[in-house]
Amino acid sequence: MVDIIDIVNVGLLAAALRMATPLVYASLGGLFSERAGVVNIGLEGMMSIGAFFGVLTTFYISNPWLGVLVGVLAGGLIGLVHAIVTVKFAGNQVVSGTGINLFALGFTAYMSQTIWGSRGASQSVQGLGTITIPLLRDVPVIGNALDTLFSQTPLVYIMFLVVVISYIVLLKTPWGLRIRAVGEHPAAADTAGINVYRTKYLCLILSGMLAGLGGVFLSLGQLNLFVLGMTGGRGFIALAAMILGGWKPFGALGASLFFGLAYALQMRLQSIGLLPAQIVLAIPYILTVVVLAGFVRKRVPPSDYKPYSKE
Amino acid sequence: MTNEDSAHTIRSRIVAVVSQVIAVGIAFLVGAIVLLATGHSPIAAYGAVLSGAFGDLYAVGQTLTQATPIIFTAIAFLFSFKAGLFNIGGEGQLLIGGFLAAFVGISFTGLPIYIHLPLALLAGAAGGALWGFIPAILKAKLDAHEVITTMMLSYVALYVTSYMVNFPFKAPGWVAQTVPIAPSAELPRVLHSTQLSGSIFLGLIVVALAAYVLQRTTLGYEIRAIGLNSAAARSNGINIQRGMILSLVISGAIAGLGGAGEILGVHHRYIDGFSPGYGWDGLAVALIGGLNPFGTVLAAILVGALRSGGLVMNRVTGVPLDIVYILQALVVLFAAAPHAIRYLSNKGVAITRVLEWLLAKMRAALERVKHIGRRSDA
Repeated sequence: MVDIIDIVNVGLLAAALRMATPLVYASLGGLFSERAGVVNIGLEGMMSIGAFFGVLTTFYISNPWLGVLVGVLAGGLIGLVHAIVTVKFAGNQVVSGTGINLFALGFTAYMSQTIWGSRGASQSVQGLGTITIPLLRDVPVIGNALDTLFSQTPLVYIMFLVVVISYIVLLKTPWGLRIRAVGEHPAAADTAGINVYRTKYLCLILSGMLAGLGGVFLSLGQLNLFVLGMTGGRGFIALAAMILGGWKPFGALGASLFFGLAYALQMRLQSIGLLPAQIVLAIPYILTVVVLAGFVRKRVPPSDYKPYSKE
Repeated sequence: MTNEDSAHTIRSRIVAVVSQVIAVGIAFLVGAIVLLATGHSPIAAYGAVLSGAFGDLYAVGQTLTQATPIIFTAIAFLFSFKAGLFNIGGEGQLLIGGFLAAFVGISFTGLPIYIHLPLALLAGAAGGALWGFIPAILKAKLDAHEVITTMMLSYVALYVTSYMVNFPFKAPGWVAQTVPIAPSAELPRVLHSTQLSGSIFLGLIVVALAAYVLQRTTLGYEIRAIGLNSAAARSNGINIQRGMILSLVISGAIAGLGGAGEILGVHHRYIDGFSPGYGWDGLAVALIGGLNPFGTVLAAILVGALRSGGLVMNRVTGVPLDIVYILQALVVLFAAAPHAIRYLSNKGVAITRVLEWLLAKMRAALERVKHIGRRSDA
């Protein structure tokens, strides 16, 4: 007999938070890109590039925080490639994203084999470790629960900060207004004196950096090594979370937490043989199709995703 | 059509072909730099790929085996693309098609091959068509973005088939696969000792049919009109919804047939994860082939050659196979932005001019030196 308390407890919530974090980063990345009018289905590739360079740097320099920095920059570099293809050369955004995903897979596998002699996985490196928030343990009654929940890598806490900053930047500042104007009506934004190309470039670089951070979380925050294909479709789920969250930062956070909970629950149910993993894993994707079709609440992309050319 | 017009079309076709060739060339150049940077000889590596892909009849057979499923998924992508729709869910349509073909292949025994085999193929096409119909109807009736829905449905297909083959249809043993299909559902092998099956001929027939439908039929005309300018097509009385749905359904059916061909011709059972991403390869190949059905066949053979030759290269030279995927990705990135190729060729022209100028200067200087030398001799 399975006791419900063995499945649904604070440990589950802690796991859900851990699972949700990379999704939040990547979906915020998708958000900045799409709000500026560029589809980014290359999130998956940007994540694995970030994960790879994070581990590579830590492998040689033994400083995981430097690894985080380099992973984020590498993601930003791929974002820049996406910008060059889709903004400078007005190339197709979906094709460019697909190319980035293919490239990331080939590149990380090739380099992993060249450096570590193994296509599948790198050597272990020093990870980020966890931080326990002081004083939480002393909270009456729920102290122990809070302590379990908030014993995470720093990137989990930073994630909440990034959500808040994204919300403020995107929806409360002139710069955010410019981004949204560029995404929704580039010609009008241009007439109003906004540099459309520069805005798109910056947003795409930022998009790549955030996705890269999500990837670094997977490699340095969880496994402490790089595994080929370790992103496992999370870039696409992040896209789903972004859509489900209505292209808004807190919406993306909520949807990511929901998917994180589904993942965590699936792992527990699978370990006791209650529910096949495949059924739960398919949920985010089915949900996205349902939401896009407007069966729940119609969600319309903020832009028509056409390359903008100044005539 | 006047002479001038046809001359113009021919010229633009030539430009298109040349820019595809340049894109492939640049990708190989960048690949060579990656190889050099990691301590490998590009000439040895590319040479091994070439001989591994086309060295003998067996090699050619392996190359065509690799190219076969990609021909299907590429034509599938191309067919809906002509209607302006991005079906990036070829992977899911292929998986569903493959699974249904296996299901029919397993379920019946004692049928003659001329009934069982077509039935299994039909089931594959129907499965793919169904998986194309869902995003099609959502797009046509509810305006759901087909890029996202086809992509998400691919993952749904991945998990659904994985569930099927891990639980209800799992054969005894550790591997997630079904029991073998009945021999009467097998597509015959066509080249001794290789896995090349009749699926390649099916693929070529599909290419010819797709080209015919797109260029010579009313449906094809409507699809192309929708793709070029849907507003104009609508005002000319073309039923846009019908055209969109049909193009996505046919696209899905083609991908599903490709999956059926793999299961019935190569594996003879459904194996979880049998596709290493043929759907995504199809997108790449359709673009490398310049979105032309026959160009697509050539591009599929190129990618097939990279795959099968890459295995040989890996064995002979020790270069990781994945250089092949890097090459493919680079070609896709270049194909995404045709302007980039023009830009780079212009840069290339500029660089050549600078080099020519330098060479001329050097030659002149050399002449002068020689001249001075001769004078001092005298």
